[in-house]
Amino acid sequence: MSVPPHRGGPENPSAAALRERFPGAVGRVDVVWGETSIVLPPERVREIVQWLHDDPAQRYDYLCDVTAVEFRDPEEPLTVVWHLRSLPHRRFLRLKAELGAGAGAPLEVDSVWSVYKAADWLERECYDMFGIRFRGHPDLRRILMWEQYHEGYPLRKDFPLRGRFSRSEQLRQALAAHPESRYSLEELSIADASEDLPEAMRQRLRSGERTGE
Amino acid sequence: MGLTARPEGRTLATFQPQSQEGWIATRLDFLVNWGRANSLWPMPFGTACCAIEFMATAASHFDLARFGMERMSFSPRQADVLICAGRVPFKLAPVIRRIWQQMPQPKWSISMGACASSGGMFDNYAVVQGIDTIIPVDVYVPGCPPRPEGLLYGIRLLQQKVMRERMSDSTRLRAEMEPDPTSQLYIPPSAIDTLSEPFGNSVNQTRSGL
Repeated sequence: MSVPPHRGGPENPSAAALRERFPGAVGRVDVVWGETSIVLPPERVREIVQWLHDDPAQRYDYLCDVTAVEFRDPEEPLTVVWHLRSLPHRRFLRLKAELGAGAGAPLEVDSVWSVYKAADWLERECYDMFGIRFRGHPDLRRILMWEQYHEGYPLRKDFPLRGRFSRSEQLRQALAAHPESRYSLEELSIADASEDLPEAMRQRLRSGERTGE
Repeated sequence: MGLTARPEGRTLATFQPQSQEGWIATRLDFLVNWGRANSLWPMPFGTACCAIEFMATAASHFDLARFGMERMSFSPRQADVLICAGRVPFKLAPVIRRIWQQMPQPKWSISMGACASSGGMFDNYAVVQGIDTIIPVDVYVPGCPPRPEGLLYGIRLLQQKVMRERMSDSTRLRAEMEPDPTSQLYIPPSAIDTLSEPFGNSVNQTRSGL
């Protein structure tokens, strides 16, 4: 098995198809270690992802990851990255959108939740760690850190390694949180079985009663 | 900082009858302690790789059952000793505190591994720097992760500690509901910053600042 070159090599054919279908929207195209990265304007990502998902010649039916990159150089823009995979065509495609440099740039981009339901938690994680808002996401709130966490966005470069608050303050806030309050009934798997439950139990759950206390 | 060294005279011993107590009281103490020490039901709180070593300890090769601990209690209501194996993020801090409060008296806890004892290598925004800031800890087992022999040694130490309890000496009985700073098994919030401040903080995501 031959190792692809670091830079260059054959492009993913989807790049040429995108250039033809969306003239002017396709920015820089890099091929690194045999994988193709395409830089797109942030406002057109959702439309392009929708086409990549639907077009019979592309069929990118699997969203591997949504994440972001912030560089140490403050002039470099914060970049959102989507990893797409086409299982029928065995292709991998990396899309990037640069959200503008500088502190004042709005960190907003369209959600691809309407195309891939897998984007739900991936975008929540990206919002939690980087503070990027995804327009159109149905339930955009923190996922790894607890919801009352307000020290900031931990993976940003201006976030100190040990957090913004002192250790005792962090512990005080963490202990003040109620573990049960973080989960709505919809998030618990019991929501699916709600119809099958006896009426008495459904009423008790609706009234907010907790078992095991 | 409110932290002092272990008081003099608290050496590890199995049975030391005290002359001012009656013979029946000391023998009853011995009997109760013997029963407790040899039937410690652990509440495994395994969050990371230490839990794998804990499972190895419980499995047939090392055989935790030899020490009366074969019954893993996955309900805190029926547990005697909380074994925290692995790192505890701040998000889990209220959970482990609640589990500790749900355990019936008398109860003990073992902090297994570097992360549970001190935060270990995870000196960052997300990880509790030692579970002794949340709950009292009786035995710390060092290691990353500790070998099963290390955990067994820690359990043997805890058993010796249980054997030292005396009905007549309330300072040796563990009866607090909230973690008690004077027990010296728990770091009060006022001491946490004194301990952590020398390590500083940085926006450089590496300790060296490179």
